[in-house]
Amino acid sequence: MTGRRAVEKSTTPNPASGSTKRAPQGRGTRRTTGLKEEPEFIQLLTPTGERIDHPDYPLEVSAEEVRSLYRDMVLVRRVDAEGTALQRQGELGLWASLLGQEAAQIGSGRAMRPDDFAFPTYREHGVAWCKGVPPVNLLGMFRGVNNGGWDPNENNFNLYTIVIGSQTLHAVGYAMGVQRDGGDSAVVAYFGDGASSQGDVLEAFVFGASYNAPVVFFCQNNQWAISEPTSRQFRVPLYKRAEGFGFPGVRVDGNDVLACLAVTRAALEHARSGQGPMLIEAFTYRMGAHTTSDDPTRYRSSDEVESWKAKDPIARLKAYLDREGLADETFYKEVDDEADELAAQIRAGCLALPDPEPLSMFEHSYAAEHAQVAEERAFLADYLAGFAEEEH
Amino acid sequence: MTQLTLAKAINAGLRRAMEQDPKVVLMGEDIGKLGGVFRVTDGLQKDFGEDRVIDTPLAESGIIGTALGMALRGFRPVCEIQFDGFVFPAFDQITTQVAKFRARSLGTVSMPMVIRIPSGGGIGAVEHHSESPEALFAHTAGLRVISCSNPEDGYWMIQQAIRSDDPVVFFEPKRRYWDKAEVDVDGSAPRPFDRAAIVRPGTDLTLAAHGPMVRTCLEAAAAAESEGRSIEVVDLRTISPLDVDTVAGSVDRTGRLVVVHEAPVFFGLGAELAAKVTERCFYRLEAPVLRVGGFHAPYPPSRVEEIYLPDLDRVLDAVDRAFAY
Repeated sequence: MTGRRAVEKSTTPNPASGSTKRAPQGRGTRRTTGLKEEPEFIQLLTPTGERIDHPDYPLEVSAEEVRSLYRDMVLVRRVDAEGTALQRQGELGLWASLLGQEAAQIGSGRAMRPDDFAFPTYREHGVAWCKGVPPVNLLGMFRGVNNGGWDPNENNFNLYTIVIGSQTLHAVGYAMGVQRDGGDSAVVAYFGDGASSQGDVLEAFVFGASYNAPVVFFCQNNQWAISEPTSRQFRVPLYKRAEGFGFPGVRVDGNDVLACLAVTRAALEHARSGQGPMLIEAFTYRMGAHTTSDDPTRYRSSDEVESWKAKDPIARLKAYLDREGLADETFYKEVDDEADELAAQIRAGCLALPDPEPLSMFEHSYAAEHAQVAEERAFLADYLAGFAEEEH
Repeated sequence: MTQLTLAKAINAGLRRAMEQDPKVVLMGEDIGKLGGVFRVTDGLQKDFGEDRVIDTPLAESGIIGTALGMALRGFRPVCEIQFDGFVFPAFDQITTQVAKFRARSLGTVSMPMVIRIPSGGGIGAVEHHSESPEALFAHTAGLRVISCSNPEDGYWMIQQAIRSDDPVVFFEPKRRYWDKAEVDVDGSAPRPFDRAAIVRPGTDLTLAAHGPMVRTCLEAAAAAESEGRSIEVVDLRTISPLDVDTVAGSVDRTGRLVVVHEAPVFFGLGAELAAKVTERCFYRLEAPVLRVGGFHAPYPPSRVEEIYLPDLDRVLDAVDRAFAY
């Protein structure tokens, strides 16, 4: 695993940092509630792997970079499959699958610099990968050995946040801190279509706009909030909300890793150049269940799922690589082998995660001694010690 | 020594904390030019700038949520919630995010945030402006909950709260904002912020209170003295953790305890203190621990709040009952 990497700066003119200060605009205009209707969005790679240009989001990527995007997507899909398998085998209590959202996560994740800070939900395993978080760390809370489990500052990747939308405010606050420090880092706040109904997300839009904070709001619209379709969350395309808050909003094909990379780069440049927030709606699909506890056959049709399979982000990039002759069978085999090796590492790492010591529940809650904690820890220690004596 | 009101004392404490640490920032509604609705932040934006005294949009969850992000970035945010009854939109962020963050990060990231809440009744206010929600926060692990009752504590405890690496919910008794006292603003804090203080010694009964009720209890103790009863008054100062040692030590001497707070007694601080003191002082108690506080009714319209709020007579009534056992 390679983890953290800086993406080279694009040499193409960037619409988001242009001298006109005109914000990049999306082209999506149609309603998106209909299943058959194809929304308009920024796309650089068609579902059949044909490379197309977009006037506002030019992207020059080397063959090596495209191959590495492919590799990242394959690896995180394998990480995700292993998470699901571990849950099915009883090694995890729960797993939230990213299946289908690899392009949105790898594209946006790779657009970030190491000093850019990401605020994930609980499904951003692909972004975690881009930020260099060891995948085994992601398993801790799903296995039940901790409730978070890493230092957010180590990789500039915040703890997973389960309460829907809370992290968007944290992201804006962090960006306000960046402003005060005078740095040019930017922040990405991840959230989903369901979260867009949360007050916290809308407050984050207000605060972000009010302070012109260097934050990118990155919504993965995967069409489903557990069982609720997007029509329950919004009646106009989500990205259009941004205008009402006073910053640009764009919709991108969330299954197109090149488009996600280009648009997120532009939004990050927009943020670091002092132009404030942008909202990106990555139009994608949750191919799996909400979590391993969910049964999507109760609320959505297999036809719908099939229609999205044809837009698979990895198959699409592979079609492009093949079409352009940028990769050969050796490359694909190497990536597949690496994925299997990574999965084996994750499995071994998961099984090796120690159960927490009972008294550890009192650790870390306070920085300084708290009398109530001290009293209860002492009580529990004595109580448990009583059992140990009985065993002898 | 300087004569200060409680509001001015907290203001002076905030100013000193901001002078000593450039990472201290204030956030809240109307705290800038206006100086806060109680003027506690008066003049601070003028002297420290808009980047450090931040007028926020009118959204409490937004204030606390963004403050968490600022703290993660290395700042020490001091948030003002305009009135007690307005903290609830932020309750989610405080209890699910701020309180748990340090534990979730396995101790790698602390949350040095202060949440100032002017609280309590007695000022003839409209609904949602007179409540005492301290028990709701004390019930949440990861938070410290403290309550100042006088200008000296206001001056020092706000500085101690800001220096704390733990999130602190800091209750300010709004009806005592205009109480004046001498404060030594140059010395050092007379006591830690997680300890209670015996503010009036006595031998026959202990009154335990915090915030606005400390003055009420001192007045009750003075009145009882004329009836020949020697009453000790403990200013709890800290609600989480609760300084049970100081209260139990007092009850070991007096044998009687009455707990007084404005918050409803049902599931309140008094219930917790009664349980703890009963465990510690069972053989010393001459009477059950009694509670005086708000009723299990929505905070009433201000024309009858005097009936709802504990006053000198209600405290003395409980004192009489404690002596009747």
